[in-house]
Amino acid sequence: MDEKALDEIISKFKYPSGKTLGILREIQVQERYIPKDTLKLLSVKIDVPLSQLFGLVTFYSFFSLKPVGEHLITVCMGTPCHVKGAERILDTLQDLLDIPDESFDGKYSQTTGDNRFTVEIARCFGACSMAPVIHVDSDLYGYVTPEKVPDILKMYGWEK
Amino acid sequence: MKIISKADLDLVRKTGLKKIEPGHPRVGVGLSSCGIAVGGMQIYDRIMDIIKRNGHDISLVKTGCVGYCREEPIVSVVIPGKAMVLLHKVSGEDVNRVISLALKGEVPNELALCKISDWDHISGKLVYGNGFEDIPDYNEIQFFKHQRKVILRDSGFINPEDIDEYIAIGGYYAACRALTGMDPDDIIDEVKRSGLKGRGGAGFPAGLKWEITKKAPGIDKYIVCNADEGDPGAYMNRNEMESDPHMLLEGMLIGAYAMGINEGLIYIRAEYPLAIERLTFAINQARDYGLLGKDILNSGFDFDIQIATGAGAFVCGESTALAASIEGKTGRPRLRPPRLTEKGIWGRPTDLNNVETWCNVPVIITKGAEWYSDIGIKGSTGTKVFSLVGKVENVGMVEVPLGTTLNRIVFEIGNGGAGGKSVKAVQTGGPSGGCIPVRLFDTPVDFESLNRAGTMMGSGGLVVMDEDTNMVDIARYFINFASGESCGKCVPCREGLKHLLLILSRIMAGKGTVKDIEMLKDLSDTIQKTSLCGLGQTAPNPVVTTLRYFNEEYEQLIGEESKGG
Repeated sequence: MDEKALDEIISKFKYPSGKTLGILREIQVQERYIPKDTLKLLSVKIDVPLSQLFGLVTFYSFFSLKPVGEHLITVCMGTPCHVKGAERILDTLQDLLDIPDESFDGKYSQTTGDNRFTVEIARCFGACSMAPVIHVDSDLYGYVTPEKVPDILKMYGWEK
Repeated sequence: MKIISKADLDLVRKTGLKKIEPGHPRVGVGLSSCGIAVGGMQIYDRIMDIIKRNGHDISLVKTGCVGYCREEPIVSVVIPGKAMVLLHKVSGEDVNRVISLALKGEVPNELALCKISDWDHISGKLVYGNGFEDIPDYNEIQFFKHQRKVILRDSGFINPEDIDEYIAIGGYYAACRALTGMDPDDIIDEVKRSGLKGRGGAGFPAGLKWEITKKAPGIDKYIVCNADEGDPGAYMNRNEMESDPHMLLEGMLIGAYAMGINEGLIYIRAEYPLAIERLTFAINQARDYGLLGKDILNSGFDFDIQIATGAGAFVCGESTALAASIEGKTGRPRLRPPRLTEKGIWGRPTDLNNVETWCNVPVIITKGAEWYSDIGIKGSTGTKVFSLVGKVENVGMVEVPLGTTLNRIVFEIGNGGAGGKSVKAVQTGGPSGGCIPVRLFDTPVDFESLNRAGTMMGSGGLVVMDEDTNMVDIARYFINFASGESCGKCVPCREGLKHLLLILSRIMAGKGTVKDIEMLKDLSDTIQKTSLCGLGQTAPNPVVTTLRYFNEEYEQLIGEESKGG
């Protein structure tokens, strides 16, 4: 993220309450991860120690320090999704995209070798009526079954 | 324009009513997050396109959600003088017919879910009309007929992005009455007498909290709305904010005036972009009308609301962690007391209430404490919104008087297990709650009864489990969740939950022993008694309740062989 874009984000937050997390959220939404250089720059600009910012981005699950692929797929793991088979959706994605089942630092985030797709999991989207649900970029898909997964992936350029 | 008197409000009300009753057909598309996900936006765009292209005399609006999630996309059609008709499972192909019929004063009968002749918005009433004899009435629909809409009074009827429509059905009149004609202490008294308890989970009396905050020494206090809704399986607050954001703002305005506080904050989870967008929009509209800002309604009272976003940490539902998060720190709870009411955000006295608690306030002021406390039962007054999800036939948002039994919610409103399967249990209160077996479904849903059953009200997620659900797996699921969300500050929660998870995983893998069951009980007890905050103190509940009610499932997994060893 360039300095001008960061300045623009910072300028939106005039009040101290909610400022730091709000700025980080905007960076995360725009870049889809938090670049380390941006974090360093932010630390200087808002006068918050880098260690504290680092603490925040690792504590809160909304933030990620790892860049993601072209399309970000998030599988909801909320209770209704769990009882309706979210695990099987994740298994299917891992199978089709050929990515491992390993988590790092308690966080699951795997990117395909060609950098086309990243798969992550989330605690709950609050779209429970349509469980199981997945997000692809900003699109929400409900009532997902393992059989429907390939069709969804194809819409984002995936080929078997 | 600025609204500075009731007369101004009346003027805006007229404008708003013209939008709701435009004298020509009005079509509303349910566009909460779920409605959008099942294609609502495409339907909206198509209708817009047809109307523009042909210059039809039809109003098209975005509406919130009527709560019958299973039947979405839901489209409402109002023909002047006739009953409102809700169409369900509408697809893009239906759009042309819906519009051409609406122009003729008709609706496609085969898409009709029900009709509504008049609607009580509580702050005001709308009479639509009659007609459409072949379409069942709203009160004949099993999903709706046992519900009582108080919080969801406007959801699905008005355009959440238009303050005029909220004012048209009587919105901001309660605030006007409070700010221009009521003594602040009388407002607190009214809320106390209504018996309103906090809807975030713990059920602390709201009026009492207001009083404590007001009396706390200090200036520049805060009121905060907790919209972090971190419970997996709960989405009531999202729906309330997406469908009717102004009722929250009005509730906060009345509360702020009663407590004499000038700064308000809404702490909302980052995972709810549409709710953030609609709230931001609503706040700006309220500012434009002078309903937020300086000297509101000529009362000399100033109040404004800012939005602060959370970032996906369940523990931030805990009040001290929430305060830390707003201050830009990691959300780790601290010892209480001092409570937030003494020492909250930036060290100042802070009143924290859940979204739904605030949404009750305009109703209490409009109708009075007696009217309100007649709903529900003694000790648990009013209604509660639940998200009825999981393996139940009719999934959706359900609002019932407190004290309604689980039987009624799951079997009558929810129509039992999905696909005809038999229901085994329901999880209330999210990861902090517990599983109630079907044989106890005559339990009334109120704060005390749920506590007696070993669970809690929580924020209102009801996740139904059926015969195929393994209850040990459910316990492990919740412990995995709580373990991952533990902030790591205190040992019982951080280490205890980790070991509960290991034991449960061992049992699930068929390698458990009888000793493991004893260990689960002991460890759960220790974690409950010694954890620093509510997360740890309640996290073992799913284990404790499944051991209590579904012990046989644990025994089956342990098997005969290991019982000897």
